[in-house]
Amino acid sequence: MPGEGPLFAVEGVSVRFGGVRALEDVSLEVAPHEVHGVIGPNGAGKTTLFNVVCGFVSPGEGELRLRGKTIDALRPHQLAGHGIARTLQGLGLFEKMTVLDNVMVGADRLARAGFVRGLLGLGHRDDARLAAKAREVLGELGIESYAARYPGSLPYPIRKKVALARALVAEPELLLLDEPASGLSAEEMSELGEIIAGLTERTAVMLVEHHMDLVMSVCHRITVLDFGRVIAAGTPDEIRNDPAVLAAYLGDQVEHDDNAEVHPLVSTNATADGEDA
Amino acid sequence: MKLTERLRSLTRPVRSVPLARHLLVGLIAFLVVAAIIGSSSQYLQTRYAEMAFFAIAAGGLTVLTGLSGQLSLGHGALMAVGAYAATLVLERTGGETLADVFVALLVAIAVCAVVGVIVGVPAARLHGPYIAGATLTLAVAVPRLANQWEFLGGEQGLQVPVPRAAELPVWIQDLVWFFTAAEIDQYSFLAYLGWFLLILAFVALANLSRSRIGRRWRAVRDDDVSAELAGIHLGRARVVAFTVSAMCAGLAGGLMAMNVRLTAPGAFTITLSLTLLAAVVLGGLGSLTGALIGAGVLAFLPHFATDLGESAGLSATQAAEVTPVVYGLVLMLVILLAPAGIVGSLRMFLARSSLGQTKEKTT
Repeated sequence: MPGEGPLFAVEGVSVRFGGVRALEDVSLEVAPHEVHGVIGPNGAGKTTLFNVVCGFVSPGEGELRLRGKTIDALRPHQLAGHGIARTLQGLGLFEKMTVLDNVMVGADRLARAGFVRGLLGLGHRDDARLAAKAREVLGELGIESYAARYPGSLPYPIRKKVALARALVAEPELLLLDEPASGLSAEEMSELGEIIAGLTERTAVMLVEHHMDLVMSVCHRITVLDFGRVIAAGTPDEIRNDPAVLAAYLGDQVEHDDNAEVHPLVSTNATADGEDA
Repeated sequence: MKLTERLRSLTRPVRSVPLARHLLVGLIAFLVVAAIIGSSSQYLQTRYAEMAFFAIAAGGLTVLTGLSGQLSLGHGALMAVGAYAATLVLERTGGETLADVFVALLVAIAVCAVVGVIVGVPAARLHGPYIAGATLTLAVAVPRLANQWEFLGGEQGLQVPVPRAAELPVWIQDLVWFFTAAEIDQYSFLAYLGWFLLILAFVALANLSRSRIGRRWRAVRDDDVSAELAGIHLGRARVVAFTVSAMCAGLAGGLMAMNVRLTAPGAFTITLSLTLLAAVVLGGLGSLTGALIGAGVLAFLPHFATDLGESAGLSATQAAEVTPVVYGLVLMLVILLAPAGIVGSLRMFLARSSLGQTKEKTT
């Protein structure tokens, strides 16, 4: 049981792409069953941080620890086995496979039937078990009726839920959500908020997101990045009132325009969509 | 009523266990095919045998290309490896009994499995045109090597000893006589053998593609990053697919050697690799039925086309040139009219006509 101490820790991670410092001495801790937000202006290094956690980018310095064990030497395909799942900004659904098959791939680490059983056609019981599990997760997200459909024919919000179901079905202990709210309507976003809040019963969540309403309402703690550095960390209330965060989000504006009436972290940051470096 | 229920409960194990179901379907298919082979002329029997080994190779290729998304231009060369391996074994054992034949084919499969791993490991790191290039190297190099090496018979190739029907176990001879009322001879034997192994291979490939292994292949094909995040080792999945496919090519090559009775480099040029790929595209990528149809076209079209040419008054040499023309035309027509291949387009048509109700597994 991960009762005491953080479930997951990033310690002093630095990443450089050529001369560019994408991450500089970044540390953060995620407690079990916590929703941990990672925010920051475009190019702050949020997605790079996720890529480091997933093994797509190896950190020049620093360590990642899962339940106290160093994991930074892992390759991407090994993460699922350690209970880390991730959704992608671009979703990355398997377009020529049904929704059910998509989710069953997510459950692959729970499968037991190997090559020989596959060759002889003896893996059907194992497959039926995975299929039942996949349907269960699809049902929880309210999209079980799409199980036999292909992702390409589905509306974007449903596709996002399929991607979420594929990550959830692996029973992760740490779930990385990369901009889950992008492209959703206000209504869909509040539903997403409820879903994320409900996830904490079974997993910790690391959330990269631009929509501040969502971040402030679902996160227990938030780490703010700017130019690859951690400039603030704390509860949503602490972050909201942190002068360094205000400065980062408004940049020079704070210095020159003291009459900024709209609070940047309370309003929905609708303009800040698109790719994050 | 009672009786049908009884029957249903009796057959439930067969219907609910895929292996039993597939074996039953395979057995029925083999009996039907055997009846057709048994009542065919020697000429047709040879065509059926040819269709069988083409189908095995095309089946392996369609699984590789359609399911795991790796293109291979080297399957003709892998068939050559299987053919030479089988021939060398048959030379040593004499190749007269059924056991000799099976040992030779097993060795062909095993050697191709090794070659499949050796080629598959570097190929797994490559994508698109690069993997095509790498496997093309294989297609070019293998016939050259066979040409150079003395023990492979050089350009003349090696004669392949063929099992004599009289040496076959009596129960097989009796069984064939019982079902087809015809003596088994060398030609019908190769057709029976080919189709028996074809059905076995296709049952195995169908099982695999429907299993977790096949699901992993399709995931890797559709989105490698997501597949990796789901815990799939991309390289391993690709190498397994390549090896399975190479083993099919090895079996097909071994059968081809027995049919052609001569294993020489000239039979395994790049043309063979491209022809196999064309057969797979023709039938529909990723579909075993498509591979079977493509193999049927490969085995029968040349002869139809030549007959057509001769009946149109062409000389024998001219008529022989009709085949590539007809072949090219068929391929162009399929690509223009049915870009998903014959089976793929048929499936799409059926899915559309049933209003997407039965949009179950296609690939």
